[in-house]
Amino acid sequence: MPGSLRDVVFVDGVRTPFGKAGAKGIYAQTRADDLVVKCIRELLRRHPELPPERVDEVAVAATTQIGDQGLTIGRMAALLSGLPKSVPGFAVDRMCAGAMTAVTTTASGIASGAYDVVIAGGVEHMGHHPMGEGVDPNPRIVAERLVDTSALVMGQTAENVHDRFPQISKERCDAFAVTSQRRVAEAYAAGRIQRDLVPVATRSAEQGWGLATADEPPRPGTTLADLGTLKTPFRPHGRVTAGNAAGLNDGATACILASGETAAELGLPVRMRMVGYAFAGVEPEVMGVGPVPATEKALRRAGLTIDDIGLFEVNEAFAVQVLAFLDHFGIADDDPRVNPDGGAIALGHPLASSGVRLMTQLARHFEDHPEVRYGLTTMCIGIGMGGTVIWENPHHADYGTEVQAA
Amino acid sequence: MTTIDQTPATPGRSDATAPRPPARAALVEAVEAAFAGALPDEVVTKALVRDVALPGGAGTLALVTMDNGFDHTKPNTFGPAGLKNLREALDGLAARAAAGEVAAVGLTGKPFIFGAGADLKVAAAGKDREQALMVARYGHEVFRGLGELGVPTFAFVNGLALGGGLEVALHCDYRTISSSAPAVALPECFLGLVPGWGGTYLLPRLVGPDKAAEVVVGNALNNNKMLDGTKAFRLGLADAMFEAADFLEQSLLWAADVLTGRTKVTRPEVSTDEALWEGSLGAATAMADFKLKGAAPAPYRAVELMRLARTATRDEAFEAESQAIADLATSEEFRSGIYSFDLVQRRAKRPAGAPDRGLARPVTTVGVVGAGLMASQLALLFVRRLQVPVVLTDLDQARVDKGVGYVHGEIDGLLAKRRISPDAANRLKALVSGSTDKAAFAAADVVIEAVFEDLDVKKQVLAEVEAVVGSECVLMTNTSSLSVTAMAADLQHPERVVGFHFFNPVAVLPLLEVVRGERTDDATLATAFAVGRQLKKSCVLVKDAPAFVVNRLLTRMLGEVTKAVDEGTPPEVAERSLDALGMPMPPFVLLQLVGPAVALHVAETMHAAFPDRFSVSANLGRLVAAGKTGIWSWDAEGKPYMDDATKALFEVGDTALTADEVRGKALAAIAEEVRIMLDEGVVAEPQDIDLCMLLGAGWPFHLGGITPYLDRTGVSEAVTGRRFLPRGVASVPA
Repeated sequence: MPGSLRDVVFVDGVRTPFGKAGAKGIYAQTRADDLVVKCIRELLRRHPELPPERVDEVAVAATTQIGDQGLTIGRMAALLSGLPKSVPGFAVDRMCAGAMTAVTTTASGIASGAYDVVIAGGVEHMGHHPMGEGVDPNPRIVAERLVDTSALVMGQTAENVHDRFPQISKERCDAFAVTSQRRVAEAYAAGRIQRDLVPVATRSAEQGWGLATADEPPRPGTTLADLGTLKTPFRPHGRVTAGNAAGLNDGATACILASGETAAELGLPVRMRMVGYAFAGVEPEVMGVGPVPATEKALRRAGLTIDDIGLFEVNEAFAVQVLAFLDHFGIADDDPRVNPDGGAIALGHPLASSGVRLMTQLARHFEDHPEVRYGLTTMCIGIGMGGTVIWENPHHADYGTEVQAA
Repeated sequence: MTTIDQTPATPGRSDATAPRPPARAALVEAVEAAFAGALPDEVVTKALVRDVALPGGAGTLALVTMDNGFDHTKPNTFGPAGLKNLREALDGLAARAAAGEVAAVGLTGKPFIFGAGADLKVAAAGKDREQALMVARYGHEVFRGLGELGVPTFAFVNGLALGGGLEVALHCDYRTISSSAPAVALPECFLGLVPGWGGTYLLPRLVGPDKAAEVVVGNALNNNKMLDGTKAFRLGLADAMFEAADFLEQSLLWAADVLTGRTKVTRPEVSTDEALWEGSLGAATAMADFKLKGAAPAPYRAVELMRLARTATRDEAFEAESQAIADLATSEEFRSGIYSFDLVQRRAKRPAGAPDRGLARPVTTVGVVGAGLMASQLALLFVRRLQVPVVLTDLDQARVDKGVGYVHGEIDGLLAKRRISPDAANRLKALVSGSTDKAAFAAADVVIEAVFEDLDVKKQVLAEVEAVVGSECVLMTNTSSLSVTAMAADLQHPERVVGFHFFNPVAVLPLLEVVRGERTDDATLATAFAVGRQLKKSCVLVKDAPAFVVNRLLTRMLGEVTKAVDEGTPPEVAERSLDALGMPMPPFVLLQLVGPAVALHVAETMHAAFPDRFSVSANLGRLVAAGKTGIWSWDAEGKPYMDDATKALFEVGDTALTADEVRGKALAAIAEEVRIMLDEGVVAEPQDIDLCMLLGAGWPFHLGGITPYLDRTGVSEAVTGRRFLPRGVASVPA
């Protein structure tokens, strides 16, 4: 459709339960590509109204694209999922925003008429592929002082954010983490998390097969006192701990996106409409502030202000980075509109997969909050970036009418 | 259709009339004590138990994973320690089920493998009937736990499931199967046993006698045919089928739905109508008769057990199975069966006496001399398996075109049957070319000749080929009876000539006799073995002796049977004389298949070599002269008879032997010939003779090829003064 853009809608999203990386984690002996395949197959099972051959692209993100996350994982996942061989696929990398970028890139293709339906998602098996596996930083980074060396260690960048915003104390971060754990526990108790999980059979040569039906990382009942005792591994007397940051995790996500007209044609449900998105760069050593300029940019381009946003899914790589975002926009630390069912500090953050988790949860919140018209998903990204996607709630009374100028 | 109730099968242990095995605890204790450490090299299949919280409020399913700790190339098997592991796991789960801790029990395998059945070493280790009986009963006691656990049990058949590996699934209340399961079968009758851990009782009651007989008898006797997951599901072996990509997840969700009643399992009702059962089982018996003529007991015993399944209680049926296993496991037919299985599985893949594989030269171009039918079939086989250029030559363009046309036509046929893709067909056709000039062989690494069976003709052909090929090009001859050494004698490089004897039909029969001439060097021989392996043939190294192995023995046997007819035995009697062995075809049908002219030619060659043992039948000569295709004609019902014209050709004596007498003479002749061949060093060991007869002549597993049968019937000792194989190799240990 040259000359005009089409609506992009979020049809459905699922994910595997997230696991703890490492030899004792639930996915220690499960392949990364298999994790994303389970998600794609679950989407196809949930949507028999979608003829598989109508999928125009499979975009799968992974930060480390070797081994069981290599071989152009989007294409390989399509084949392994049993999609027709006519369905193409590709691999995406934007570190933590891999799946988010898989969504925004294919969404652009939908808007411009290159695709009708896509599957976008991400996977990160940090047990099989620890952060930094096989990296070879250019020596110019040090020689020319292009980037502070701390920029390559995410925990150190989080300490740097504390330096920049002295008002964000360790105590505030720990309190935020306690809230995240509590909200996840409450959401689990209410059955809100489980709805979007695809069970995964977990292989263990020593224990036999098991079945993962729930996230492994959450620590329900975590208290401030518990967190106060934890070490600060990134800096002596620092503020970032394993308790107020996301862990090292294994997991995968996937979602279906479609053009509005294709969704109508096939009878696909519309759970969100994409309003717009933006990515922005910041100094790599304070990558955690990335969501601020990304969100400013996305709002500006959409003709909205922060006041138009009624629900937020902010990735919790580190509590300090979420609080920097909230402080910037004048939002309270425990605002119920932000991560209502908790976030990555409790659930885990398998790098390149997390973006679609945020979207899947936002879509659920939209269902429960028809009074909210707009929501956003945002995350910080390694090497100094942020990404934000703004979504419209189809359950809202004004859905489909023109965006009001701010 | 019957809706299957969630409650498991009622334990049937209270039958007062059934023959009773010892009390379970005593049996378990006795067997586990007897077998403790008995097989120190057992690859032990563990039974790993892990609780799975089923979704949808279905409760806890205890999932048992069978895993021997190796990858899929070493499938899970049940040896004594493996069975004990499963027994302990199930005993523990029975207690937990009774305590209300688990809502269900599931059983699955390691990746790609569910279970490959009993460890054959265990079956073979049992020295006497009593021990075999104990093991059979013990297996029942272990497996039946799955059907009598007190909570519903599910088998999730994720991959290969053979024999006991399938029976253990049949004991469960419900089954799911992966559509990608590569092999699902009960191969026991193929080896000389019966499915003796519940299979003959549970299967017919699950899928009906017709389909059960197909699996237990039909498939087993049909070259051990296997079902894939989809076919097994359609046959009713499983209640649900899921794809491999998320087989276990979907199976567990299905199990949860069954437990909560969201999914109702329905199966076709199995009639207990006696006439229906007799019809199905009668057909199975007829099939066994057709294949074996009663020569091996196992399939008949399996039919008996399935007949019993219609009315028997579990206790009765399982005890009857145990008794059958005890009889059969100590039978000579079974010992020969596992000996044969081992030969074709192992020895065929590592030929005795083959030189170091590293000596083989790469083969990137192949020449075929001759463009007749045999040569064209060889060209097709080489191009399909080696996927390198294959050049055919013949005397004139018309023959060359016909030969190349034949190969192209066969490739088109494979394409039409979707056996190969259009791209592969294009590739293969482009690789086949023809010429009237042997200079086309210039680049060949291997040239095989399949010209007229005449020594001078072959010598001339090889000399012409040698004139154009490189000095290391291997020259192969597909001769069936001429001397490879003599053929090579006048060449500049006789060390490069090797015999490469195929069996008709070339594409089907798996045997290749690789003939070492007196001067054949190791590099040539290694190249021949490497090519043979690439052709997916089982190679046996043989010495350059007249007619090598298979044709020599078949000719000797046919010679004895023909001689009996020549001397006055009615052909019908002679024809049936070997029925008791369960051969794939009677002697004169074999003659018809080979063709009287070829048979006569080989007989003459053998007579020239060994005039006192190989005679040439004058009647066979007259049959050939008259252009007959054999001694039999067939009537409208397909029954053979000797027509008047053929009868008129035959001049016979007046000594009529009985079938038993003919068989005695034939077996004595075979035993004598095998002894002589071994003494001459035609092959390394009796095992090679047996392998040749199994794969080249289709002689049955239950004979062990032939030497185990000659040993166990006493023929070896009577004729040659000693056995071919020590006791225990292919027979019950002393």
